[in-house]
Amino acid sequence: MSQMHHATLDHHHHQQQQQQQQQQQPGQYNQICTRTSSCGSPAPAEGSEPPSCPAHRSRNPRRKWQVFPGRNRFYCGGRIMMARQTGVFYLTLVLILLTSGLFFTFDCPFLASNLTPAIPAVGGILFVFVMGMLFRASFSDPGVLPRATPDEAADLERQIDSAGCSRPPPRTREVLINGQTVKLKYCFTCKIFRPPRASHCSLCDNCVERFDHHCPWVGNCVGRRNYRFFYLFILSLSFLTIFIFAFVITHVILRSNRTGFLSALKDSPASVLEVVVCFFSVWSIVGLSGFHTYLISSNQTTNEDIKGSWSTKRGKDNYNPYSYGNILTNCCAALCGPLPPSLIDRRGLIQCDTPHTVSQSNGTSSNSYASTQLHSHMCDQDQCIQSTKFVLQAAATPLLHSDPVVLAPLPGKTTTLGGPCAYLAPTQPSLPSCGGDVLTLRDAAVDSHCHHHLHHHHHHHHHHFVSPEETPCTTPQGALPCPAHLHLHPQPHPPVPSPATLYDPASQDALHEDSVRGLVKLSSV
Amino acid sequence: MAETHSLQDLQQPAVSSKVFIQRDYSSGTICRFQTKFPSELESRLDKQQFEETIQTLNNLYAEAEKLGGKSYLEGCLACLTAYTIFLCMETHYEKVLKKIARYIKDQNEKIYAPRGLLLTDPIERGLRVVEVTIFEDRSIGSGR
Repeated sequence: MSQMHHATLDHHHHQQQQQQQQQQQPGQYNQICTRTSSCGSPAPAEGSEPPSCPAHRSRNPRRKWQVFPGRNRFYCGGRIMMARQTGVFYLTLVLILLTSGLFFTFDCPFLASNLTPAIPAVGGILFVFVMGMLFRASFSDPGVLPRATPDEAADLERQIDSAGCSRPPPRTREVLINGQTVKLKYCFTCKIFRPPRASHCSLCDNCVERFDHHCPWVGNCVGRRNYRFFYLFILSLSFLTIFIFAFVITHVILRSNRTGFLSALKDSPASVLEVVVCFFSVWSIVGLSGFHTYLISSNQTTNEDIKGSWSTKRGKDNYNPYSYGNILTNCCAALCGPLPPSLIDRRGLIQCDTPHTVSQSNGTSSNSYASTQLHSHMCDQDQCIQSTKFVLQAAATPLLHSDPVVLAPLPGKTTTLGGPCAYLAPTQPSLPSCGGDVLTLRDAAVDSHCHHHLHHHHHHHHHHFVSPEETPCTTPQGALPCPAHLHLHPQPHPPVPSPATLYDPASQDALHEDSVRGLVKLSSV
Repeated sequence: MAETHSLQDLQQPAVSSKVFIQRDYSSGTICRFQTKFPSELESRLDKQQFEETIQTLNNLYAEAEKLGGKSYLEGCLACLTAYTIFLCMETHYEKVLKKIARYIKDQNEKIYAPRGLLLTDPIERGLRVVEVTIFEDRSIGSGR
């Protein structure tokens, strides 16, 4: 990755001059950077594949899941999507497989011959259903909202700025839904106003529609698209657990009627393990099923219930505007309603729109095809994210501070240059800032996106509750560092370049180098 | 490469700006777009035409998300077949999305492109916005 960055240095030289003329249109920055960032070395391979980048790193066209900005893992070419931490999911799998396996191997032969073969049959069906629902809940897209394209983000920023410090605060919108006032918050990472009931999962770093909770047992977020699978999973698992528990006890009792209790246990030792596992699981799983049944019947999410959003304790007139009124409709809507398709198009091909990025540099225009723009911006995001994460890892290890790659002649850039992360390019200075003189990253224009990565990386939890939106326009611009949250906010004005760095106004990865510099400073403080 | 520049310049009209029509959440979480006519389009388009387009889109999305006998049946059938049925057929929602894509293409060809505008299918923007790209008025390159 670093080689690619360096390789693009020269390529940027001539781009730079033209870029400076287009500061007005935020979309353009990314177009130019896309071309150079995702399109690797300046090899003139244009003729080979017209719809793709003139020089992309690999011969294979990339798919969107490969440049997905969230913290998810993809398998099977993007068809399977899970959270980053999947350890607990494997535990769930092992527990279920082990217990069921033992049941079918040791208890079922006895029960089938002595009672009825329907027992293993029903058990088998339940088991298959449980596994099916588990896989569906774990592997599907919970309803992730794709991040805003740079154009959209810029447009929103403009709107927010023009609103100024008014009521309601600029980064919230109020909507009247069914008679209830609902506040829509602005998500800094995704650069969108979150729809009602959506929430940003800090573990997966995505906004998820109708966000319920992030379930480590399932290894994924539970949201609009997989809530029914999750519910059916825990429901069927409670039935399976009770089923196994009951029939293992029956088995042991029947055996001990014949041969005595201790020899019965000796004959089927697995039963003991099964009973123990089932006994402890039953309480939690049945409890959870009951809780979610209540949530479904009242059409609430776990998130809302925990926060007490619709509780009458908040106010006499507080009610749930999303509820359909009766329990049956609520249940049907949650379980049998239409299943919306995934909004993130994981398997789509990325197409970099070459001609327009090039023609842009002549000052003509940004892309003409919106879809390709989306794709190319995904390239940008990827670069920024990959680099930022690389940078974070580098900074986290003291050894890497002297890494020559990272501290190489840092190509500077003009602060007005977008860079690949310039979602908020022209309006950056308006972001509320905690000052943080000591801890600033050099470039005012482009850092907020990367800040959020830094922010998230270190304080996953905090993003949700401590966000810049809570620091309204009145934030002091003093030199107060915010060490608690590693808020590396940009300064409102481009600072004087440090004499130690060489400013080579050509590279888009100056941003990343700057981030590193900032982090190095931070870690040496 | 220089040749490519000029070739592309001739073929593609320049994008002058983009207008984003945001979601209207006043009816809850269903997919609806605001029908308020943006001021940037005043010079190019009839208010009524625009509202009609957006209203039709809203109706189509409502149809996709409608709760009713048909959708419940589909849901139950899918559950009974362990959702394998969707390997063979597409969901009702997907069918309507295709209908929407056709409608937008049709609208672009008939109404928007002649006026130097382009509607982007909201699904490509995660159903967040309807993006209207406004092209520069050029005598050569107008109307794609």
